[in-house]
Amino acid sequence: MSSSQFGALLRTRPGWLQELLDELHTPHAWRSLLLRLRAFVALIGIVIVFSSISSSFFTGSNLRVMTEHVAIVAIMAIGETFVILTAGIDLSVGSVAGLAGMIAGGLLNDGLVLHPFDAVIWFNVPLVILIGLGVGATAGAVNGAVITKLGVAPFIATLGMLSVARGVADLRNDGATFPDLGGEPKHHNTGFDFLGTGNLAHIPFTIVLLVLFVIVAVYIAKRTAFGRRVYAIGGNERASELAGIRVHRIKMGVYVISGICAAMTGLLITSQLGAAFPDTATSYELNAIAAVVLGGSSLFGGRGTIGGTVIGAFVIGFLSDGLVLVGVSEFWQMIAKGTVIVAAVALDEAQRRRQSRASAAVASIIEEVVSSEKSAAQA
Amino acid sequence: MSAARKAVLRAADVSKVFGGTVALNHVDFNVYRGKVNALVGENGAGKSTLIGILAGVHQPTAGEILLDGQTVQLPSPRAAGEHGIRLIHQELLLFPNLSVAENIFAGSELRSAAGVRLREQEREAARLLERLGQRVNPRSLVGDLAVGAQQMVAIAKALSQQVRVLIMDEPTSALSTREVESLFQVVRALVADGVAVVYISHRLEEIMTIGDFVTVLRDGKQVAEAAVPEIDSHWIVEHMIGRDPEALFPYEARPVGEPLLEVADLTLPRPGGGLWVDRVSFSVSAGEIVGVYGLMGAGRTELLQSLVGERREAVGCVTLNGVDLHHEAIGARIARGLFLVPEDRQREGLVQALSVKENVSLASLDELAAFGNLAVRREAREVGAVVRDVGVKVPDINHPVTALSGGNQQKVVVAKALLTEPKVLLMDDPMRGVDVGAKAELYRIMKRLASEGIAILFTSSDLMEVLGMADRILVMARGRITGEFAREEATSGLLVAASNPHAVKAVA
Repeated sequence: MSSSQFGALLRTRPGWLQELLDELHTPHAWRSLLLRLRAFVALIGIVIVFSSISSSFFTGSNLRVMTEHVAIVAIMAIGETFVILTAGIDLSVGSVAGLAGMIAGGLLNDGLVLHPFDAVIWFNVPLVILIGLGVGATAGAVNGAVITKLGVAPFIATLGMLSVARGVADLRNDGATFPDLGGEPKHHNTGFDFLGTGNLAHIPFTIVLLVLFVIVAVYIAKRTAFGRRVYAIGGNERASELAGIRVHRIKMGVYVISGICAAMTGLLITSQLGAAFPDTATSYELNAIAAVVLGGSSLFGGRGTIGGTVIGAFVIGFLSDGLVLVGVSEFWQMIAKGTVIVAAVALDEAQRRRQSRASAAVASIIEEVVSSEKSAAQA
Repeated sequence: MSAARKAVLRAADVSKVFGGTVALNHVDFNVYRGKVNALVGENGAGKSTLIGILAGVHQPTAGEILLDGQTVQLPSPRAAGEHGIRLIHQELLLFPNLSVAENIFAGSELRSAAGVRLREQEREAARLLERLGQRVNPRSLVGDLAVGAQQMVAIAKALSQQVRVLIMDEPTSALSTREVESLFQVVRALVADGVAVVYISHRLEEIMTIGDFVTVLRDGKQVAEAAVPEIDSHWIVEHMIGRDPEALFPYEARPVGEPLLEVADLTLPRPGGGLWVDRVSFSVSAGEIVGVYGLMGAGRTELLQSLVGERREAVGCVTLNGVDLHHEAIGARIARGLFLVPEDRQREGLVQALSVKENVSLASLDELAAFGNLAVRREAREVGAVVRDVGVKVPDINHPVTALSGGNQQKVVVAKALLTEPKVLLMDDPMRGVDVGAKAELYRIMKRLASEGIAILFTSSDLMEVLGMADRILVMARGRITGEFAREEATSGLLVAASNPHAVKAVA
């Protein structure tokens, strides 16, 4: 069947179905679908295995709790996805989350103490959250500046930030926690717990927030000039530069996004715990990167989707929680997670090799179809 | 000529298909023992593919390789090496950060139980280089050597193991006259030792000097083979082109408007001393197609990169439509109507991970977006229109760009340029790696754009392209403009003479 016949067949379908089929008709879409499918298959496998071991795994309440945990990984991983799409990496997300949590915790606990004036300024919860996110954005901007202006490799720049941000988080209260984030009515700063534990129309607010982040991130990735440029830079930085794209600006942007997402994660964890610990989210960067890679993004940049990352986060989250549920020790969890990540990348490489052979075949098919249509048109 | 005669290596009826492109079409090629076997052809004629097959880099789709009359399989460069077939790439492929001796023995280190025997490697390296008449310290870093000396290191590397067939891909493209002389001496000595040399060059006078046999490839086919004493360089050109250049590039005079791009004293320093572009001044007018001819390393690419703003260290005055472009970044220059179709499609022109549509719109995203929000329907519409306009053969613009052939990919880059509505189009070697049919089509597009008032500046190292397509020709050598010819007065002889880098030295 030639492509035109196939097209004619499709046109008899209802609009939305045709659109979907049209999209799947292109080899490109099949490829990304397959990549997403891989993580999806793993997710289904995890659900089946754990459900068969423990009857409490696949229950409404457990799924809800697990999804709240997933949200924490996913929001951080969404930011990381943008960075990895540019062929960069952000190792500082865990520390930045911890720092944002400590800053917010301090503001809620003690307010902003201005020593020279012997005064204390109290902020309400939305402002505290904004300041926390601002801390993340600033850390991201510093990462971006070090990478673009000083030419330091992303791995090293963000490794430095990993250490610095954690250090600042520790310094904030001399290594101690901020234990009471409840706020006081007279300071108008109560309600921080809503972020991590509240419900909006019976849906945990954490999950609402996750959905919000996913929608915005998908929009940025797919429907904005910025998003397109992120993909382009990761795919071929030189070609992007010659197309007039200000590569440095876009790179700054992705690290700022990553910082904001990391800070959001830190605020969520802090809110769920009801206290700000300086070592919050330690080594969470591994979960974030794992989710991105499991979701089919290439560490070489240019390839990956937000949807894939979210599924990857579900795999990571369900895997950890499932292992806890069936009573596997924390040490085995680490081994399982590490194995899954490496296996995912190995699979990705194998798939890529197969695809490069396939795309050569596609090329010859396209040429044939085009030339046959041409000769048909001439006849 | 009897093909079996002393042919140590023979490609018999070899074909090679890459994706949908036929790179070699039933080619016969004989490599005679103790002779210099020249292989000539235009860019894209299939030379690289053929030597790749002989050196075990590519596998033939059909046909066979005969070594001493016996069929051999060459599944890898290593396997070819074991048969004594060695390839010296045009880019030499040496490690600049390693010493001469380490380079020569890279991959075949002289080892003992205690590790690599560095001393012995250095002694052996010095001996090999001496055989080539070279006095190079085997401990010096290859990156510190002149290109000619690096070439000798590459040859020494090939000779460090038993060699029966030495394939040299454009060995002189970056050499000075004196270096070429000593290279020829080495080649003659190798041939006297019974080595069969396969010699690829664009410079016909070199082939007439050093060659014993010449085989001509055109469009993936072997079109002629002859002993060099029986022919002249006209014979080679005739067979290389195979047709009247006028037929490939049918010329029509066009009205020329006001100067659009004006360049005065543009200079680009070269890191480590010297100048890539040396006080270059010229102008290109609306509706005009200007060709820049020059050999490799003449500074053509660097000139275009400076014009488009990629080389921020360039100084001099560049104005577009009277507006000074100084200090403007690439994006701003694109917005003003200057666009570069870069030399290397794969590395600079395309984003392989993206679709045809996403590639074409890449330089026009600002125009297609309002407050960052992409107008995706408009994008699809406009990209579809320009893709049809330049005749990219693709059933769907959402196909990955990697699925297209070389000529079609080049058209995608041109479509990307056109979507930015350029006033001046810079094209760096636009016909490179493009088959003849696509060449004619690209030229048709260029002529149409010119007739719409766009100024086009393109570069080429191919005489026939420049002579066939340009209204006016600038010749570059050593970063300078060494000649300017109107279409009517330009001849291949004049261009070759002006492009000779050694002539520049004499003038300077």
